[in-house]
Amino acid sequence: MNGLIEYLDMGGYARYVWPAYVIVIAAIASNILMARRALRRAREAALRRVAAKGTSAEVPSQVGNAQ
Amino acid sequence: MAWTWFHKLGSPPYVYKLAATLTPWFAWIAAALMAYGLIGGLVISPADYQQGEGYRILYVHAPTAWMSLQVYVVMAVASAVALIWRIKVAHAVAAACGTMGATFTACALATGSLWGGPMWGTYWEWDPRIIFELVLLVQFLGYMGLRAAVDDTQRADRICAVLAVVGVINVPIIHYSVEWWNSLHQTASVMKLGSKPTMPLSMLMPLLSMFFGYVFLFGALLLTRLRAELLSRERSASWIRDVVRA
Repeated sequence: MNGLIEYLDMGGYARYVWPAYVIVIAAIASNILMARRALRRAREAALRRVAAKGTSAEVPSQVGNAQ
Repeated sequence: MAWTWFHKLGSPPYVYKLAATLTPWFAWIAAALMAYGLIGGLVISPADYQQGEGYRILYVHAPTAWMSLQVYVVMAVASAVALIWRIKVAHAVAAACGTMGATFTACALATGSLWGGPMWGTYWEWDPRIIFELVLLVQFLGYMGLRAAVDDTQRADRICAVLAVVGVINVPIIHYSVEWWNSLHQTASVMKLGSKPTMPLSMLMPLLSMFFGYVFLFGALLLTRLRAELLSRERSASWIRDVVRA
């Protein structure tokens, strides 16, 4: 237990080291979620277009800033 | 016939399917490399003789900073290819880069600040490399904002591509800033032409593993976002029916 606490203390640098890792891991996780959501939404929109009108459906949309 | 692969890469359905096939591979390779990088960086590698355990921020700071430059280069090269050969897919690749680039750049600045606190005695310093990294963040945000502001996709593509290509000048500035000006940052210790990295293997291996983990992570994210871009750009293509219903 002492070993773990000592490890987590990071030689006194705990309050710098751990936030740095948390920030980066949170950023990676949110990027994965955002990319998957962008794809899911694009698929849903494409499905709606295809379902709505045969082969051609000119629906204006926000392209390029898909989140 | 050597150029057929290049022509195929200009074809949205081919690229969409290729991206769908490659994404899981990129994702798993990234996960494995980053898992080793995290364990290696946080547990296995020894403490630094000067900075003690505090140097472990290196394993998240340096790779995010490298990636911020890499993502920009990918965005700029895709933009140049798109402008020169008028390839729509290349515009979609560039458009997919913005969010990730901004994220990596912000992470590099934030982790750098947390590292600078204890080691340099300041969370923020108007150091050349930090200033130009901040400029890079503004470039990514500006790129995203411009894209969001221009309604017509083709116009947005062209304007943003020019912006991305012009802005690539900042990449060598950031990389060489530590040599050109007096900087709090150390000079390169891994990527030096013609000499070995000045870092013991036990520290270098997790660092390289993290770095390549980020490269593959970026690949997986880029391919996913690229598919989203291609779907929303191709308004009337019949291939959408095939891939979406599949």
